[in-house]
Amino acid sequence: MSTTTIERTVPVARNSRAHDAIPLSRIVGVEVSKMFNTRSGYWLLASVGILSTLATVATVLFAPDDQISYDGFAAAVGFPMSVVLPMIAILSVTSEWSQRSGLTTFTLVPHRGRVIAAKLLATLLVGAASIGIAFGVGALGNVVGSAIAGVGTTWDITLGEAALIFLADALGMLMGFTLGILIRSSPGAIVGYFVYALVLPAALGTLAAFQDWFADRQGWVDFNFASTRLYEGDLAGKDWAHLAVSGTFWLAIPLAIGLFVVTRSEVK
Amino acid sequence: MITVDALTKKYSGFTAVDDVTFTARAGRVTGFLGPNGAGKSTTMRMMVGLTRPTSGTATINGRPFAELPNPGLDVGVLLDASAQHAGRTGREILAIAQRTMGLPRARVDEMLHKVSLTEDEAERRVKNYSLGMRQRLGIATALIGNPEALILDEPANGLDPAGIRWMRDLLREYADQGGTVLLSSHLLHEIEVVADDLVVIGNGRVVAQGTKEELLAAAGTVVRTPQAPALSGALAAAGVAHTLGPDGSIRTDSDPALVGRIALAAGVPLVELRSADGAGLEEMFLELTAESQREATPTTQSTTSESRAA
Repeated sequence: MSTTTIERTVPVARNSRAHDAIPLSRIVGVEVSKMFNTRSGYWLLASVGILSTLATVATVLFAPDDQISYDGFAAAVGFPMSVVLPMIAILSVTSEWSQRSGLTTFTLVPHRGRVIAAKLLATLLVGAASIGIAFGVGALGNVVGSAIAGVGTTWDITLGEAALIFLADALGMLMGFTLGILIRSSPGAIVGYFVYALVLPAALGTLAAFQDWFADRQGWVDFNFASTRLYEGDLAGKDWAHLAVSGTFWLAIPLAIGLFVVTRSEVK
Repeated sequence: MITVDALTKKYSGFTAVDDVTFTARAGRVTGFLGPNGAGKSTTMRMMVGLTRPTSGTATINGRPFAELPNPGLDVGVLLDASAQHAGRTGREILAIAQRTMGLPRARVDEMLHKVSLTEDEAERRVKNYSLGMRQRLGIATALIGNPEALILDEPANGLDPAGIRWMRDLLREYADQGGTVLLSSHLLHEIEVVADDLVVIGNGRVVAQGTKEELLAAAGTVVRTPQAPALSGALAAAGVAHTLGPDGSIRTDSDPALVGRIALAAGVPLVELRSADGAGLEEMFLELTAESQREATPTTQSTTSESRAA
C-alpha cells in the first residue's frame, strides 16, 4: 500500500450521462456466480456432484440385483439432492443479510423485487442443472451397474415421472427460498427448513398413525406430505388438489408476506 | 449534485433524522459531521434507498436514487466497509460490482491498482482483511463505475495515517475534477482538512451548515506570549474582549491582524499568532452538538448542584 500520490486516471466526463437500465438477465447471471464464489456455496454445489456420485456407487455396490434399475438410482441420487438444493436457495437470500452484502447489492440495484426475482430465477436454473447432473450420474450408474450385475439395463422412469421429481425438488427449493426471505438469517432459515423437512413430517406422521381424522385430511394441510407424493409419480386429481391447497398456506402466503416485508425493511 | 430535502425518519418512539436539508455541490467535498448516533448513517441510507424515509426526498443530479437506471455509474456508495460476504475474495467482490454495472472486466484490475491492493491481497478472502484493506476495497467498489458523485460513510475508519492521507488526496482530486463528494465522519480533524463545505448534525437535526470558511470565521484568534498578563492588559485597554487560557494562551473573537498590532504597540513578544481554526471547529462542534452529546456538560452539572442547594 503506497502513499505516493495517486495517478490522474479518476473521473473524466462529468456531464450527465444517460445509462441503460440493468437487464434482469445480467442480474440473474451475477446471482448465479454469487452462489459459486463463496466457500459455502462452492461446496454446496460441489456436493451435488459428489453426493450423486457417491449415492450411485453405493447403489451399484450394495443394492440387490433386481433393484438395479433407473428408478433405484434416481431414488438414491434424489435424496441428497432434496437436502442440498434448498440450502442453496436459502443461502442465496439470507447471506445478503447475514453477511450484510445486501448493503452493496441493493444499492447497485435499488429495486429489491428485481433482485429477489433474479435470485429466484438463478436458484431455479442452478436447481435444474443440478437435477440434470443427478439424472445423468444416475443414468451412467444404471448402465455400469447393470453391466456389472449382469442384468438388463432397465429404464423405468418415464419423462412424466422425471418432470414430477423435478417439480418436487423445485418446490423444496421454493420452500427454502421462502424461509430465507421470511427469516433473513442463514442459521435461522436452515434450522427452519430442517424443522419443516424432518421434524414436522415425523410429528405429523405420528399424529396420522393414531388419529384417523387427521390421516384422512393430512394431504390438505401438510405441504411436505403432499409434495412427497410427487416422487412416487402417477398423481390423481385429488393429489394435485392437496398440493395446491397446502401449497397456498405453506408457500404462497408466506412468500407474499416475506416479499412485502423485504421490499420495505431497512437494510443495515 | 446531491440534494437532500426535509428528510425525516421516525422510529416508534423517537426521531432519528429530523427535517434534514442540505446540498452537496459538484466540485466540492461536503463534510457531514456529527457525534455518534446523530443520524448520519440513517440519512445516508435514506439517500440510497436502503431505508425508507418517513418523509422528505433525496436526489442525485435531480433524480431519486431508485430511478437511476444503473446507479453505480452515477453515484459511488460506501456505507460500511465491513458489510461484505466474508467468504468472497476482494477480486470477486469487485467483479460482482463490475458485472452488475456492465463494465469491462479490465476495470477490476484498474481499481485494485488504484486503491493499492496487491494481486496477492485481491485473491484473499475478505474475512482475512484488515479494516483498512476493507475500506480500500469499498472505495474501489464505489469508484469502479466512474461515478459523478460519491457517498461515503466514515471512509477513513481503520486506515493508518498514510492511508488517511491517501484517502484525503483521492477525494480532493475527485472533487477538483468536478465530482461531488459527500463524506461523513465524527473525526473533526479529518473533515476539517479535506472538506470545502460542512453540514453539522446533532440529534437528527442540522445544527450548522455552510462553507468551512464561513463556519470558521467566527472562531477568532489564538495568541501565545511569554508575557500573557501584559498582553491581556493591552488587549483590555484596546477594548478587545478575550479570555486567558490555563495554558497561557489568549483567545479572542477579533481577527489576528488587530491582535498583532496591539501586541506590537505594547511591545509584547509573541510566540504564536493564528486564527483559531484548528481548535475552532472542535469547539464549534462540541458547542453545536452539546445537547446531543452523551457526556454531560459542566453547565448541566452546575445547574444540578444549584438546584440541589436550593
